[in-house]
Amino acid sequence: MSDSTEDVRAYTVRLELVDEPGELLRALEPIADNGGNLLSIFHERGNVTPRGHIPVEVDMEATPERFDDIVDALREAGINVIQAGAHTYSESLTIVLTGHIVNTDLSNTLSRIQESTAANVTDLSLSAPEGTEDVSSARLRLATEEGRAASTLSTVRAIAEEKDLRVIEPLMGGGAA
Amino acid sequence: MRLAVMGAGAVGAAVADLAGEYGHTIVALADSSSAAVAGDDVGDGDGIDAAAALAAKREGEPLGEADPADALEADYDVLVEATPTTLGDAQPGFGHVERALERDRHVVLANKGPVAERFGEVRELEEQSAGTVRFEATVGGAMPVLSTIEDFDPDHIDAVRGVLNGTANFILSRMAAEGLGYEHVLAEAQDLGVAEADPTFDVDGTDAALKCVIVANVLAGEDREYTLDDADVQGIEEIPGSALELATEDGQTIRLIGEVTPAGEVRVGPRLVPEHGTLAVTGTDNIVQLETEHAGRLNISGRGAGGPETATAVLADVGRLPEL
Repeated sequence: MSDSTEDVRAYTVRLELVDEPGELLRALEPIADNGGNLLSIFHERGNVTPRGHIPVEVDMEATPERFDDIVDALREAGINVIQAGAHTYSESLTIVLTGHIVNTDLSNTLSRIQESTAANVTDLSLSAPEGTEDVSSARLRLATEEGRAASTLSTVRAIAEEKDLRVIEPLMGGGAA
Repeated sequence: MRLAVMGAGAVGAAVADLAGEYGHTIVALADSSSAAVAGDDVGDGDGIDAAAALAAKREGEPLGEADPADALEADYDVLVEATPTTLGDAQPGFGHVERALERDRHVVLANKGPVAERFGEVRELEEQSAGTVRFEATVGGAMPVLSTIEDFDPDHIDAVRGVLNGTANFILSRMAAEGLGYEHVLAEAQDLGVAEADPTFDVDGTDAALKCVIVANVLAGEDREYTLDDADVQGIEEIPGSALELATEDGQTIRLIGEVTPAGEVRVGPRLVPEHGTLAVTGTDNIVQLETEHAGRLNISGRGAGGPETATAVLADVGRLPEL
């Protein structure tokens, strides 16, 4: 039973990688080799740690036992595992940002959303038909823990307001049918 | 019932036009500069010739020889307030409501101002009057939104949300369907008569917000009074076509949604909704969803604006009034 598909959960690991070619691949191999299903990889290149490492956040799905094996395998491979834990990312939120998204540093916007909310950005689509200097739109999918959607949205609103971006929110609590 | 109609725009004119079909008599019809008022000895069935007065107005003539103030003093049972919605002090509509209630007459509003901006005062005046105030026509045009809330009892409605502005909905649905930009579609809507020459209140969310504020006032009863200032309002003017494209790629679309949340917040803004979901009505249609305490979700959809459409809501209210 423990290995049944029903027991698959979402996990996030935070790693710190040495800034060398091939490091990211080396960090992902133990996950794939041990039956983890990669959901997203967030490579915070612009956010180097004081030790010169690059933080990487990896979302995956695995059974609890396989997840333990994955963390062991990562550590055995000499990868710096900062944090490993189960997240019940049970709610998925889609938002659209509009405005001068590229000019206001999209990657900074994304990492601030990651850092200041309990959410992970799991998907991003950008549409800038007038060029990146003009008004464009980005669709973000956020995975949040249960019950945290409203607080996540309010943080996203604050970040967007600071950058003079507009947030088109999903309608909460209705209209899904 | 004998009706005095203040305001001879699309709604006022349609009320005057249709009242006879519903068994009522128009004893006065006023716009901002003139009025047609029946003589003092009007028996039931002897009202003014509303068709002639409106024909004169269409020709650029006055409605009649009387002053608009005379219409307020006419011998009516119900004052129909259909002057344009104004914000803040909600005048002159509020003054018309006040005068009718002082005279112990009923009031039926199509003008949103008095019940969105001065709800508490309207209720106080009503308490001191033998007259009753009704305002079905202020929310959702022909759709029976407020009377449904009244029937369910406001205490048993947890939340209300919906598409409450046909112009904004038309623009967003055209932008999504045709891949056109906001300015282009707005100009098209103006050519079609869907958007007014000055569409500000429709596209900046104010109109939808006023309707939500009215709903919030009804739901809150005596617990809290809302005005437009209590609403968090965003419009659709700055939505680029690319936002609708990205939404569509994901099986969603964007609609201007007004909400009164379970916590009692009033919010209006563009929201992502499932492209083929209930709330994604197209064109100028409106929809309102009520979250009821014991009966799940209730959807009411239909025409949220228009002269005859809104007039039917006014006349439905007239039909609900007790005899004076």
